[in-house]
Amino acid sequence: MSSTLRQGRRRPATRVPPGLMIVGAVFALGFLAANAAIGYVVIDGRLDGQWYDIRDLGFAVQELKAQLDAINDDQPGFLDDIVGQHWMSYAVGALLGAIGILSFIGGALLVLIWVERRLIGRMQIRRGPNRVGPYGLLQPVADAVKLIQKEVLTPDGADRILFLLPPAIIFVPMMTAWGPVPWAPNMAYLDINVGVLYLIAVSSLTTLAVFLAGWSSNNHYALLGSMRTVAMMISYEIPLSIALLSVVLITGSMQLSEIVQWQADHNLWLIALLPIAMVTYFFSSTAELNRTPNDIAEAESEIVAGFHTEYSGMKFGLFYAVELGNALLVATLVATFFLGGWSLFGLEEWIPGYLILFAKLSAAYFVLVWLRGTLPRFRLDQLMRFAWQYLIPLSLFNLLIVAIEASLLARWDAPGLVTLGLFTVVNWGAAYILFRDWARRIGYQPDAGGPRRAELTQQVGGIEAAHRMGTAT
Amino acid sequence: MESLGIIVAFYLLSAIAVGGAIGVFLASDLIRALAFLVLSFVATAGLFLTLSGDFIAIAQILIYAGAIPVLIVFAVMLAPLAGRNNGNGLYLVPGLALGAAVAVTVAFVAVDVEWNELSGALLAERDFATTANAIGNALVGRYVLAFEIASVLLLAALIGAIVLVREDEAT
Repeated sequence: MSSTLRQGRRRPATRVPPGLMIVGAVFALGFLAANAAIGYVVIDGRLDGQWYDIRDLGFAVQELKAQLDAINDDQPGFLDDIVGQHWMSYAVGALLGAIGILSFIGGALLVLIWVERRLIGRMQIRRGPNRVGPYGLLQPVADAVKLIQKEVLTPDGADRILFLLPPAIIFVPMMTAWGPVPWAPNMAYLDINVGVLYLIAVSSLTTLAVFLAGWSSNNHYALLGSMRTVAMMISYEIPLSIALLSVVLITGSMQLSEIVQWQADHNLWLIALLPIAMVTYFFSSTAELNRTPNDIAEAESEIVAGFHTEYSGMKFGLFYAVELGNALLVATLVATFFLGGWSLFGLEEWIPGYLILFAKLSAAYFVLVWLRGTLPRFRLDQLMRFAWQYLIPLSLFNLLIVAIEASLLARWDAPGLVTLGLFTVVNWGAAYILFRDWARRIGYQPDAGGPRRAELTQQVGGIEAAHRMGTAT
Repeated sequence: MESLGIIVAFYLLSAIAVGGAIGVFLASDLIRALAFLVLSFVATAGLFLTLSGDFIAIAQILIYAGAIPVLIVFAVMLAPLAGRNNGNGLYLVPGLALGAAVAVTVAFVAVDVEWNELSGALLAERDFATTANAIGNALVGRYVLAFEIASVLLLAALIGAIVLVREDEAT
């Protein structure tokens, strides 16, 4: 019966005018020629380390800094004694990086809201925002304007000062955590030696801002939401940290650029070597993000909007922006730690590293949206039990295995293909056994009565059936 | 102390740290005191950064600005009387005495010790890239016994906590 249903409306074929085709062909030929020229220069090695090497914007910044230092040496200013020599290159470098990060996040926030809502719309068989501008692209702008226009309320009995602070505080960890991300071999804003630790430390500051928001609102729902958030965050910080610890163990560095360099050198993404750490990190991060499989902190059906119930206008907008920015950050970190960062098996010689990283983080972000669009919400006790009884023991087992492997790797003088290949096989076997058997051990039983395979909504009828019945608008 | 910038940073961060600590003492609301405490801790982390102690600065933020407030938050949520306006100064005098004792001890040590000051080329000679490696080597090398004792202690605390909160299965 389902086969007789029409699967979608055919669109009338549109004709492209010949003039446009000619222009397009010229552009395509020019693009190919430019690529060939770039390829020639790259093979020639003429581009390596030059300031116009757009594969790595770090070179341009270094060149600029050298120029500024030269100017500084020629004409010493009064600030040289006060701030220190070469202060100009420090200031310009810091400003450039900060502006780069800010503009990337700002631009991404504008587009991401639209992307996320459209994607979730597709997954839930509806259209998503499509009214404001072409394809609804201006929807985020409209949302922002609406939020700015709205009145910013402070509830009666709220702690006024503490109520004011959290939307501003919560922005700081989200922005600063972008610092150590390496976008290309020389293109990291804050390439510190303790990068991994820095990320964990900075993201742990979010907890306090969330609690202050809930506490100062003088609202039961807000307090409940922030209590849930605090409990959830400290539970999921443990598996998250242990997962990152196994990454540090195997790569032997806490510096993010070195972790990516290790993956590039060994031509191996850590997702292949550490599947348990990858899954643990990804899931724990979704808990830290308050996104849908784990959004008990702002479960609409239970506690209104959780910790930001009382926030209105642009204050709510800030919370919303931080949530999206954190999701993007987690996607970036997953891409950096487990998907090889800017490396792509030698292709980074040709494609700019930041574009590769952007492609990877988009893929990771898509998975985040996918989880949000498909999975139902956990209950609070289920979520806690999942962290303490499942993820933490698993990640501890994983840490033990990885520690043995790391010490083997340091002592065993064998080719990388042998050792890392062996470790990969062992780790995937361990992942399979641990994931399956530990779930059974703590009482998970596969559902025997349900359908064996997932049934597509379209097979049952979907939006077309709704159209024919006349219930869809 | 080489340039003026780091001196300004030192005094600024010290002012924030001390001001935050005074705020902890003066705030009558426990949660406000907590916010001041975090401010003070973050400023202390900044002080460590001016001394190039990157690892210890990050650890300061992770433990003192990230974990300790959560502990206090749990205390606030679990204790019935720890809500707003808990400004009853039961332990005012002993607290002041203890604080004064600690302050005097620290001040005495700071004044009494012959600090080994290095600057310029002598400092650059002793320069190392990161303190994380040095701390790690020291922990599993020279101070491994203290490290092991601390871990055993933590394990005992962990097991003790589990035993304390375990529900009796017989009833």
